[in-house]
Amino acid sequence: MQPTLFSTQQWTVSRLTFYIRKLLEENEILQDVWVQGEISNLSRPASGHIYFTLKDASAALKCVMWKTSAARLGIALQDGMEVEVHGKIGIYEVSGQYQLYADQIRPVGEGALYQEFMRLKAMLEAEGLFAPERKRPIPMFPQTIGIVTSATGAALRDMLNTLRRRLPLVQVILAPSPVQGTEAPPALVKAIQSLNRQSPDVILLARGGGSIEDLWAFNDERVVRAVAASSAPVICGVGHETDFTLCDFAADVRAPTPTAAAELATQLTLLDLRAGLQNYKTRILSATLKLLAEQKTSLAALVSQLRYVSPDRRIQSERQRVDELARRAHAALLHRIQLQATHVNGMERRLAALNPLAVLGRGYAVVTRKDDGSVVARLAQAGNEMKVRVSDGEFEVKKSTSR
Amino acid sequence: MPKSSSKKAEKAVEELTYEEALAELEEIVTALEGEQNRLEEAIKLFERGQALAARCGVLLEAAELKVRQVAGDEIIPFEELSE
Repeated sequence: MQPTLFSTQQWTVSRLTFYIRKLLEENEILQDVWVQGEISNLSRPASGHIYFTLKDASAALKCVMWKTSAARLGIALQDGMEVEVHGKIGIYEVSGQYQLYADQIRPVGEGALYQEFMRLKAMLEAEGLFAPERKRPIPMFPQTIGIVTSATGAALRDMLNTLRRRLPLVQVILAPSPVQGTEAPPALVKAIQSLNRQSPDVILLARGGGSIEDLWAFNDERVVRAVAASSAPVICGVGHETDFTLCDFAADVRAPTPTAAAELATQLTLLDLRAGLQNYKTRILSATLKLLAEQKTSLAALVSQLRYVSPDRRIQSERQRVDELARRAHAALLHRIQLQATHVNGMERRLAALNPLAVLGRGYAVVTRKDDGSVVARLAQAGNEMKVRVSDGEFEVKKSTSR
Repeated sequence: MPKSSSKKAEKAVEELTYEEALAELEEIVTALEGEQNRLEEAIKLFERGQALAARCGVLLEAAELKVRQVAGDEIIPFEELSE
């Protein structure tokens, strides 16, 4: 069919271009697409935007990446690099050219990243940065904990909550740092270094979960070296359980998450401290009570020893001895008295036998002169008046005659 | 008693940090359990130990996480974002 000379629809270039642009922009696939290809004609003018062509064996695609996205780029682009570019297709109306407005670029597949990761890991491992003997123990009871992470991330909040719950006695020193994008690695290095000047007991290097690209700063050689060089032991908690970064290998302890890093930094919790304190209280009390009991026992032993050597005992026995002696003395005396009494008795009886007056009972009498009381035994001795004593009395007599 | 703790004993219990108080308490418990102390000394140790334990308890109850941040080589207070 021949085109009609006088068409009813007149298109200007601008209108047509605008129409095409609308078609492209209304297409969902073209607005959210990943394209794989090799970088060529890479240019990065002073504006900060990046221009390049993505090509494969049979086609080429113009690409532009604005400055803001370029700043977040985690890799250094170069011609010949196989990459995957994310963005949307649009038209540059001035030259009538469709192109990809890129917002993310990653090396092809995870393979490329993985290879870079493995290369760096092998190199640092060969240097001994990951050696087990370099690992330092985490202090049981840290007083100051340094944290390197984003000041606004959920990771920080999780860690502070964990520390507050487990061991609010600690002091936290935060060294805030971006944790993704090209500015992250030097900032992380600086944060680790300035924290070390504050001599914390342990440093938590952390970031919440994200894509491999998001976590890539923690595979940066500079950051890994800063972790290895840290004078305070480092606990690295980046991403999730399954994410391993080179910082994990260089750190003294690897934690699966930021929260776990905070937990590993506080092996002793407030509960443990309370229990420990209670234990000390109990022990100090029982030790003292035991000591007192021992002292009491040895005091009691001493008291009984003292009682044993007390003069009291001797005094009692002396007293007994005195009593005994007194008793014996008394007995001896009595004996003597009895002996004497018997003796006196005998003497009395003998005396009685010898009594000259005893004969009086048989009828004899004793005559005595009345004047001088002398005994008249012979006639010549007789006086005028005399006394006659008989057994039961006496009477007076007068001499009458002499024969 | 070890000389170190009799020297420490000069510091008032109220001035000790948790770590200092705990370290001394630990020493006293060990001393009371292990060594042959004179009774008078033991009672002094016991009283000091009780005061230290009380101090530790008070500090534990009152503990609040202190968060600061480095800015250059300065240490400045850190204002947490409330959420």
